[in-house]
Formats: sequence, structure tokens, C-alpha cells
Amino acid sequence: MSLRTRYVLFAISATGLTALLLWGLAGLPDFGRFGGSYGVTLNDVAVAQRHATNVVAAIVWDYRALDTMGEELILFASVMATSLLLREAREREADRSEDAVHGETIRAVGLALVGILVVVGLYTVAHGIVTPGGGFQGGVVLASGLIVVYLAGSYRTYRRVGPTALVDFGEGVGVGGYVGIGLAGMAFGAAFLANFLPLGTKGTLASAGTITALNVASGLAVAAAFVLLVMEFLQELMVMRLEEAEK
Amino acid sequence: MIPLQVVTLVLVLLGAVSVVAARDVVRLTLANALYGLLLVVLFLVFQSPDVALSALVVSVVALPLVLVVAIAKGRGG
Amino acid sequence: MSYFPYLVAGLVFMIGIAGVVTSRNLIHLVVCLSVAQSGTYILLLAIGYRSGGTAPIFKGISEKAKTVDPVVQALTLTDVVVSVVVAALLLALALDVQKNEETLDPEELPSMRS
Repeated sequence: MSLRTRYVLFAISATGLTALLLWGLAGLPDFGRFGGSYGVTLNDVAVAQRHATNVVAAIVWDYRALDTMGEELILFASVMATSLLLREAREREADRSEDAVHGETIRAVGLALVGILVVVGLYTVAHGIVTPGGGFQGGVVLASGLIVVYLAGSYRTYRRVGPTALVDFGEGVGVGGYVGIGLAGMAFGAAFLANFLPLGTKGTLASAGTITALNVASGLAVAAAFVLLVMEFLQELMVMRLEEAEK
Repeated sequence: MIPLQVVTLVLVLLGAVSVVAARDVVRLTLANALYGLLLVVLFLVFQSPDVALSALVVSVVALPLVLVVAIAKGRGG
Repeated sequence: MSYFPYLVAGLVFMIGIAGVVTSRNLIHLVVCLSVAQSGTYILLLAIGYRSGGTAPIFKGISEKAKTVDPVVQALTLTDVVVSVVVAALLLALALDVQKNEETLDPEELPSMRS
């Protein structure tokens, strides 16, 4: 079957699928008139039940904590698979290459940015239960703070700031800690991933029980995963540059 | 529906078309980063700050970096 | 007019799928896949929106205030972060293919020849 035949076939079936999809979407309630009862009920009871003012964080790490555990395991498996795929024979040699940025302005601005991003990342993780934020959001901001070390500094500094052993350990602790906190609840007689720690006062940092602990575990896992991912890809680039320089 | 939402939705649609139509991979990276920013604005306009936070960092820092490295490796290797 | 967000979500999804099918570069294919995924985010958030509602964070506002649905935001939030990591895995697979087959064109890969 030639290329043109395939494209024509796709065009026909795509029009059919689009028509079916848009007709199906027309059956939804009007935009702005949400009628589901789960969300409305959670809005009413979540603050009183969990002492957390950020209802989305309460859902992700408490009411639907099992789904978040599945997502974190996807994250873990994907990063592990990427590290396996991108193994290079000359990794150790490539890690000694520098690849530094030479502009003074970029280095200065980047240095300032690293501190700000790391603090904002930690802030977002810690305040996830009070204001918009949480483990996933703060974790990616934290990871971007470390990635800026490469973008505005050098590859060697990036490797020193995030050594493989430490980052691997951090990610394992993050994902394993999430499951461990869930199991710890069972040791106290509650269900898996139930909120068993004292709830504290609503609106402060010390509230919402296990949601805070799960936030920290998720933040650690997500930040370590992104640092590891970027490190794997950059290593590929360094090995390629090494081989080109030798030609 | 407020006009801001209509305008953002139209821009998102145009952004999606421009990402798919970009055949040169370098232009693709730029178009993808801009599309990510448009999505962040859309998420904000739909009153979801949590989603906007994660989408912002992920589509401006992580995805472009990984794409650029993949392109560089794809060209040189 | 109230159907417009769903229309955009459906169209973005189909545009992404069309990009995947007609792509001539594996990296372009992965990015089009993530565009198709973003169509589902638009759909989810559009379903949960309530007119006149604000973000579901009850700090500084009364607890009886009208807010948008928090459940769909919880679903989209984890999805956004995980989809980027999976896209990175797909890019690593594309790099592997490039190492073995010397090409990034899906049409020229051996198993794709008809």
C-alpha cells in the first residue's frame, strides 16, 4: 500500500472519527454548568474533614492517593527505562568534560536564579496544603532550579550538584516513602494510605496529617526523576561531542 | 463564557496547528514551548492554578531541554 | 457558544493524531502525541468549569464560595507531569532507533515497508 493510499484512507477515517467525536461531545452538559456530585461534595466537606484549604491537594494526596501512587510508579518506571536505554560505553570519560557557558551575564543571572528557584520549589512543596502547590508542582520547580545549574554554568558542576548515587537514592526514597507511609497507616489499624496523623489547624503549615508527608515524598521523587532524566540525555550529548572531538 | 476564554481557546487551536505543521525540528521546539505557554494561560483562565504551575515548569524547562538534546544527538550521530 | 471548548478539545486531539500519522520524523511524532494528550486536558478542565466559580483553594475566601470542580484538576495535574517523562522515554527510544537504523524517518524503517 503506497503512501498516498494510506493518507487518503486516513483522511476518510479521520473525518468519520472527528464527526463522531464532536457529535459525542455535544451530549455533554453546557460549558459552565457542571453537574457532578463528587466534586461539589468534596468542595463542601474537604476543608472540615482534612483541615487542608487546598482541596485539589487533598484530593491528589488523600481522597485519591491510590491513583497518585500509580502515577508515581509510572514516573519511576519511565525514568528507569530511559536510564537503561541511554547507557553509553564511555560514560565515565564523558562525565569529565566541562561544556561550560562563557558569557559572564548568563553565569551571573543563572547563579541568582538557582537560589531563587530552589527556595520557591521548597516553598511550593511545603505550602501545598494551604495555597496552590504540592509535591508534583514543587518538585518540578526544584528540578528546574538544578537544571539551571547546567544551563547557566557547566556540565561538570551539574554532575557535582546532582551525583548519580544521591539522585538515585533520593528517587527511591521518594517513591518507596510514599508506599511506606501508606503501609504505616495499616500498622495503626487504618486502611492503606488513610490519613492517620494528627490533623492540626487549618491554614497553617502543620496541618492535614499525612498529606504533608506524602507531599514531601512526591516532591523528592519528582525532582530526582527530572534531574536524572536530564542527566541521562546530557550524558549522551557529551559522549557524542567526545567522539566528534577525537575524529 | 467570558471573552478571555474564547480568545485563549482560539489561540490554543492555532498553536496546535502550528506545532503539527512545523516540519523543521528546531522550529518545532520553539512552537512547542509557545504552545505550552498558551496552555498555561488556558489553565489559568479555567481557574486551575495547580495544573498551570506544573504545566509551566514542565513545558518551558524540561521538555524543550530534552527535545534540544534529542535533536542535537539526532543530527550528529 | 457554550459548546466551543469541547469543539477545541476534540479538534486539538484530532490534529495531534493527524500529526502522528503523517509525520516524517520520529521526534516530530512524539511532540504531536503530546499535543493530542493536551486536547484531553482541555476537555477535562472544560467539563469541570462552573460559571462564576473560582479556584478550589479556600484560603482567604469563605468556605461557601462557588468554586470549580477540583476532581478533574487532580486528574490533570499528575497527568501533565508524568506525560513529559513518558515523552522523554519515547525520545530515548527514537534515539536508539537512530543509532541502529541511521534514520529518523518512520517511512524508511524496515518494519514499515509494505
